[in-house]
Order: sequence, then C-alpha cells, then structure tokens
Amino acid sequence: MSLFSVFNISGSAMSAQSQRLNAVASNLANADSATSANGTPYKAKQVVFSATPTNSPDATGVKVQKVIEDTSPPKVVYDPKHPLADAKGYVTMPNVNVTEEMVNMISASRAYQNNVETMNAAKTMLLKTLTIGQ
Amino acid sequence: MPNQLDAALSFHQNALRLRGQRQELIASNIANADTPNYKARDLDFSSAMKSAMANAGNTNNTPSTQGLSKTSALHLSGTPTLSNSSSGAPDEARFRPIIQGSVDGNTVDMDVERNQFADNAIRYEASLTMINHQLKQMLTALQNQ
Repeated sequence: MSLFSVFNISGSAMSAQSQRLNAVASNLANADSATSANGTPYKAKQVVFSATPTNSPDATGVKVQKVIEDTSPPKVVYDPKHPLADAKGYVTMPNVNVTEEMVNMISASRAYQNNVETMNAAKTMLLKTLTIGQ
Repeated sequence: MPNQLDAALSFHQNALRLRGQRQELIASNIANADTPNYKARDLDFSSAMKSAMANAGNTNNTPSTQGLSKTSALHLSGTPTLSNSSSGAPDEARFRPIIQGSVDGNTVDMDVERNQFADNAIRYEASLTMINHQLKQMLTALQNQ
C-alpha cells in the first residue's frame, strides 16, 4: 500500500530536518564559546543529508549521513583583556556564521512544515479511501 | 458476473493504485528537497494507466471498457499517442526535467512538487468519488423499488 509509505518518507525527512535544526541551535548557542572540552574554540557543525531507499522501490527517504565540522577558519578578535588572548592580544573565536545559521534555521523549519503537510494530505487521502462504499 | 463487476471497477481501482504510487514519489521529492545530488522523479500517469488497463484487459479476457473497439485497422484511434512511451516500462518513474538547477545538484523544485502533490491528491479523491457513485448506482439497480 503505497500511501502508507508516505508516512515513512515524510517521517524520515522530519527527523532529518529536526536534527539539522538541532545542529543550528548548537551552533547559535556556541557562537561565542572561545574554548571547549579540548581547549580549542567551538567548531560549527553541519549535517549532511543523503537519500535512503525504503521498503518500497519508488519511495526514497532521507537520513543524516554524517555530521561534519565546518572547516572555515575561526574568527580572530582583538581583545587584550580576554583571559584567552594571546601575546598580541588576539582571541580565536568559533567559526560560526550567525547569518548563515539563521538562514539554515528558516530553511529547516520550512522543510519540516512541508513534510508535515505532505503527511496530513496522505492521512486525509487514506481516511477518504476507508469510506469507499459507505 | 464477478468478472463483469471486476471490469466495472477496475478502471478506478487502477487509477487509485497509480495515484497512490505517484503520491509516494512526490512525497519522496518533497522529503529530499535539501539532499545534495538528489534527482526529482515522477510518473508518466497516462502511459502508466494505459499499460495497467491493457494488462487488466489481457488477464481478465474481457474487452476493455475504455475507448471504442475498432473493427478495421483504418479506424482512427481515439486517444493521442505518447511521445515518450518508447523506452522502458510505462509505469516506471522518470526524472523530472530541470527547471532551475542548483549548486548542490538537487533538481527538486518545491513549487512544482507542491503543485503536483495537491493536483494528485484532488484527482485521487475524484477517483474515490466516482468509485463511490458507481457502487451507489449498482445498489440502486439491485434494489427493488
């Protein structure tokens, strides 16, 4: 029954998008974390989506293949009073681009909404199907 | 008699099955809107429907209820010919043409997908309505009034 697999597809997309939103939240929260457990500044995290086959041949779901660390260079800020400042007075800050993360957040939220609507439409269709002959 | 009942309902049964399959494909496209290198796919509904009806006609050994029966090869066919039904199975998913390419190789155009998704859902419900009316007609014919 192909309409049932719409739930699996949209569900996989919703969990992938929420994981992306999680990464965005983590990046925004740590936008100013100059140090972390291993002593280096926080590195922005990005999720990588990949299409994954489901039980039906036509259906393709989504999964988060891996979470990568952003390789862009860290921001260097001049702040001599900062406890982590180097000899010249510069502090290495996380490479989080707040603008990019905000755009990412809106995109993830819209994609999530789209999939919720897809799932609702499939639900309506299945409920209508159950009324055949009534 | 069961054969005739089957034939009467088979058109909309096939239509519903294919619409369901297409809905699943479009849901996949919407789900993978942000997946790099994902290529949007869709079903050529009219050729898939044609092949489904041809199969139903062969297995049931009953004349198809669609179109006119031709008694001469010179008769015009009532349906237009499809240009892209030459290769592959007709009910196979095909890649959608690229309207606006994106840097990550994804070819999902959300406007097209949402449009097709809504369209397909409406047509699915239309088929449901028609199958319901067919059943009601049969009931009316069966009842003694």
